[in-house]
Parts: sequence; C-alpha cells; structure tokens
Amino acid sequence: MSQPKTKKETEDLLELYRQMLLIRRFEEASAKAYSMGKIGGFCHLYIGQEAVGVGAISALEEKDYIVSTYRDHGHALARGLEPKSLMAELYGKKTGIVSGNGGSMHFFDKKKHFMGGHGIVGGHISLAAGIAYASKYREDGAVTLCFFGEGAANIGSFHEGMNLAAIWKLPLVMICENNHYAMGTPEYRALSVKDVSVRAAAYDIARDHIEGDEVRKVREHVKVAVERARRGEGPTLMEISTYRFRGHSMSDPAKYRTKEELDKYKQGDPLIKAEKDLLSAGWAQEELTKMDETILKTVEDSVDFAEKSEEPPLGWLYKHVYAENV
Amino acid sequence: MAVLTYREALNRAMTEEMEKDPNIFLMGEEVGHYEGAYKVSQGMLAKFGEKRVIDTPISENGFAGVGIGAAMVGLRPIIEFMTWNFSLVAIDQIINSAAKMNYMSAGQFPIPIVFRGAGGAGGRLAAQHSQSFESWYAHIPGLKVLAPYTPSDAYGLLKTSIRDNNPTIFIESEVLYGSKGEVPEGEFLIPMGKSDIKREGTQLTIVSWSRALMYVLPAAEKLAKEGISVEVLDLRSIRPLDEEGILASVRKTNKVLIVEEGWNVAGFGAQVAYLIQKEAFDYLDAPIERITQEDVPMPYAANLEKSSLPSEEKIIKKVREMIK
Ligand SMILES: Cc1ncc(C[n+]2csc(CCOP(=O)(O)OP(=O)(O)O)c2C)c(N)n1
Repeated sequence: MSQPKTKKETEDLLELYRQMLLIRRFEEASAKAYSMGKIGGFCHLYIGQEAVGVGAISALEEKDYIVSTYRDHGHALARGLEPKSLMAELYGKKTGIVSGNGGSMHFFDKKKHFMGGHGIVGGHISLAAGIAYASKYREDGAVTLCFFGEGAANIGSFHEGMNLAAIWKLPLVMICENNHYAMGTPEYRALSVKDVSVRAAAYDIARDHIEGDEVRKVREHVKVAVERARRGEGPTLMEISTYRFRGHSMSDPAKYRTKEELDKYKQGDPLIKAEKDLLSAGWAQEELTKMDETILKTVEDSVDFAEKSEEPPLGWLYKHVYAENV
Repeated sequence: MAVLTYREALNRAMTEEMEKDPNIFLMGEEVGHYEGAYKVSQGMLAKFGEKRVIDTPISENGFAGVGIGAAMVGLRPIIEFMTWNFSLVAIDQIINSAAKMNYMSAGQFPIPIVFRGAGGAGGRLAAQHSQSFESWYAHIPGLKVLAPYTPSDAYGLLKTSIRDNNPTIFIESEVLYGSKGEVPEGEFLIPMGKSDIKREGTQLTIVSWSRALMYVLPAAEKLAKEGISVEVLDLRSIRPLDEEGILASVRKTNKVLIVEEGWNVAGFGAQVAYLIQKEAFDYLDAPIERITQEDVPMPYAANLEKSSLPSEEKIIKKVREMIK
C-alpha cells in the first residue's frame, strides 16, 4: 500500500499506529512483569503481529464479535479494552477484566463483544461459528471475526467449524495469523499446504492472502471479507502472513530459528513501516515521540494499578462455577 | 393421567419449551428430516421449521461448539448427540468450553445449553456403542448431569434443564425410549438435585438411576415376596446430588447397595459411598456394596453382554447376603 496522501489518511494511520504502539508497549511491560514473577502461567506475546489485530479489528463495527486465542492481549487492546483491567488480569487481581479467573489466555468483555481468549488450539473456531450462527438466527447484522494460528488450521475443530460455517453461509471471517511457527514447529513440517487460505477451496468459500506488515492494507482486505459476510454471502478464510519477534510464550527462548531469519523479519516490523509512512507524509518526529510518551505513561499506570490492586477475596473461589437461574 | 412413552415425554417437553421461547433451537444429526435417530424429535421439523430444528453433518465437536457459541450470545440450544458414545469427540467443547465459560469470564458468559441423547448399555451394540458416561461428566464442575428413568421424570427434568442457565448433560437411556409411564397432565417441572423414592422399604436402600432401575425394581419386588423390604432411591439428578435424600434413606434402613450401569473404577457410585460413610457412618450396619458393570469393554456375545451388566439375579443375591 502506498503512503497516506491526504491529511485524513495520515490521521487515520496515526490512530492505527497509536493502537499498535500501545500493544507494543503493553507487551513489553508484560514481558518485564513476567520476568519479575508478577505474572504467572503462560504468557504469549503479540509483538511483531500488531498490524494484523489492529488492522482487522478496525474494519469492524461495534456490534461485531471477536473471538481470540490464548495470544489475546493485542486483539483485546485493539478492541479498546482497558489496559488497566487487562494488566490487572495478568497480575491475577480482583480488578482484572475477569477478576482474576482467566489470566493471560482468557480475556473476555461482553460489552465490547470480545468473546474470549481461548486456550485450546482451534477449539474456539466452532464457537466463533456458533456466534455467527446466532447472528444469522437473529438477523442482527453482526459479523464474527475469528483469529487463529496456522497451527490451529490442522485440528479437527477447524475443519468442522469451516464446513458448518460454509454450508450455513455464516457471517464469519476467519483470520489465520500465520507467524510460521506453532510453538517450535515450523509450518512446513505441519501443513500440507503453503498457504492456509487455499483450504477455502475445500469448503467452496472465499479466500484471501496478504502480508500483514501494513496495517491499512490489512484493514482494507478484512473489510472486503466483512462486507461479504454482512451481505449474507458467507465466510471467508484469510491468511495474513506475519511474524512474532518473541518466542511462542515467555518461557520459550525460540532457539529453533536463526538470528538471520529474525533480523530479516524485523525489517518488516509493522510499527517501523507505519512510522516511516507517517514521517514521509510530513508528520513530525516529535509528535510521534510525544505519543509514545503518553502511551508509556498509560502502560505504566496500568502496571501501577495492577500492582496496587487487591487479590480476589478467597470467598470468590466458588463464584461463577454455575450461573444463577433468574 | 396420560400414558406416554419416554420418547414422547421428551418430545413434549422440548416442543412445549420451544413454543414458549424463540431462543431455543434443536440441533444435531438427523434431528430434522429423519425426525431423530431414535425418533425423539418426531414432528418437530414440521412444527418449527428448518430454522429451529437443524440437521447437522457428522461433526460432533463442530456443532457442540456452534451451540456453545450461540449460547454465549443468548440463544438456548438443545444439542442432540445421536448417542453419548459420539460425544467423546465433542468432550473438549463440553469440558473446556461449556463447563468453564461462565467461570473464566467471571460470570459474563453463562452457557444455557442442553446436551442430550441416548446413553447406556444395551442391544448387543458392543464396545463402542454401549457405554455409560454419567461419571465422566459428573466429574466436571460447571456441568449438571441428569439421567431420568421414567417418562414423567424425563419430561419434568428436561424442561428444567432447558430453563437452566448452565450446561446440562441430559443422558437418556437407549433402551427406555419405548417404555411407558404415566405423565401428569399439564405442565410441571422437576427440580434438579432431588432424588425420588421409587419404592419404599425399611431394611436396605438401593441407590440407583436410569436403566439400572430396570433390574433394581423387579429385584426389590421379588425380595419383598421373600419378606425383605428394600427401599429404591432413584437419583435422577447426578449433579447436583440429593445428598439429604440419600442420607435420610440410609438413616432409615442402615444398609446400602449402589447399583450402576457404568464401570466400577472411579464410577459415580464410589462418590455416593464416600458421602454415606462420611455423613452417616454411625448409621451403617454393613459395609456399603456396589454392583456395576464388569471392568471390561462391552462384549458383543449375548451371554457375555448379559453377564457383564448388573442384573436382577446379582442384585437379589447381594441383598440376601447383606440382609443375613
Ligand atoms: C489442542 C491443543 N493442543 C496443544 C496445545 C499447546 N499449544 C498451545 S499454543 C500451540 C501452538 C499453536 O500455534 P499456532 O496455532 O500457529 O498459533 P500461534 O501460537 O503461532 O499464534 C500449542 C501446540 C493446546 N493449547 N491445545
């Protein structure tokens, strides 16, 4: 995609850049807190993939739904969930987005139609089909966006979910964020195809494949799929190629890939790309630095908030095992 | 009072609930055009149309997940598994999604869903089609597990399950679908966690549920003729469990035999026995006994199948020993 031309386009990119930067800074702070032992469990960072989540989610309306994986921090922030309550969740505090019940892998926000981070690889795909199914049932005009990794494209739930979405023409957009590794397994050792989206042919649905380093390009492509879904023309299977700069999770030193490979991909860092575009469109470096400072402050505040928040009371242990019947 | 078959009672319960609430739909393999592999949904497609009675391809994991996703946004699905044997390919969704969604979302996403279908042993269906999974699902916090024996219980409990805001595992019995029983006219609900004394007695309590009662009740009848008075408690609801009902009966009779169709090891009866020894130890006049399926996959040969299951003879023999 070419550089932004008009002032409006530039401002638009600036906002997307702000969201990506927030994710980057939030993730860096999470990594730090994790290494200090403040965050437990698994913690999968999104660093490097920001353009996908931000671009895709910016193509949605408020009524649309998002279903995510265990790598959900970026998607949640892109959807506008509060950094404070997300950080507090990572800390396992009562002020967390799900009051300490979920942790890194299970962010949920009903009001924002953020339908969860899910920890079973590919298990959430049929849930997404179900949410889309409900939209069709109720004719509410909403589209469901489902993120998953290329590793998930090999599990039964993916195929069953795709087939059901296809036969029922559900308003579903499936985004495979192909970061080329499922934990330590490179895609070529796990996938029978080079491009996950060609599997769309097996379900006779629309497909798309793009590089995920330019945030506005991601949005444009996702928009096409979202509109197709909204018109009742059924699901789309997209592959958006990307790369994670960190290991699979915080406990993975990522020794299965070379430094050269990592460096090559870092050339395509979506933040640097957006920044370059903004600068050459005439935006001042100081403005961007100021924005970064504001974001860093937001993230610091979220850490501070998480630090100071209380743990959930022990009396909450059994809360929410069952829903009340009202 | 109307006499209905077990399948008719289930059908009536679903139909009445769907008439009342447009958020309810029925989904599963062959539930629509075929009217149910066991004909439980007979007439429902004609009544409610394809939008609400939905045939799925063979993809249990997929359509269980679709149901759960739909429930996340407020629909109230009834998902039929052709038999519970095939629920195993959906067990990831049932346990990892349905049972935990409300908890891990801190109450934001209750899952009002009923998973129902045929369960249990029978008909010489051999190892992969003849199994009881109540204990498996009862193990999971977040799920409710029901297993009715009579048509009337099937009706009342299914309605309660459909109205419940939690995921319910509703295990019907394949061999009971044609069985008949009186179902009171008019609508009624049976609460979960309430057992039913199917037969009063004074000398020994048999705790059982679902199809195993087919052996228990005639055995109790025969024992009565020998002058042995057996009380038969039908749990109906495995989780939540009617602890008070069980203990009250044990305190009255002082002896307990648990009869279940599932396997012995880690079977639900072991949980019931634990409860009784813990809460009513002083009332026990004999060790708690259990009769279960033998510890083998279900054999095909008629004689072996029969010998592997609880039976009238086994129950009578055991009760006689315990009463001596
Ligand atoms: C069913 C299942 N199997 C294995 C795992 C362990 N696991 C978690 S993430 C992961 C790799 C998934 O890779 P991919 O789908 O490509 O997504 P990415 O992490 O690259 O975003 C594995 C094997 C799991 N959570 N669930």
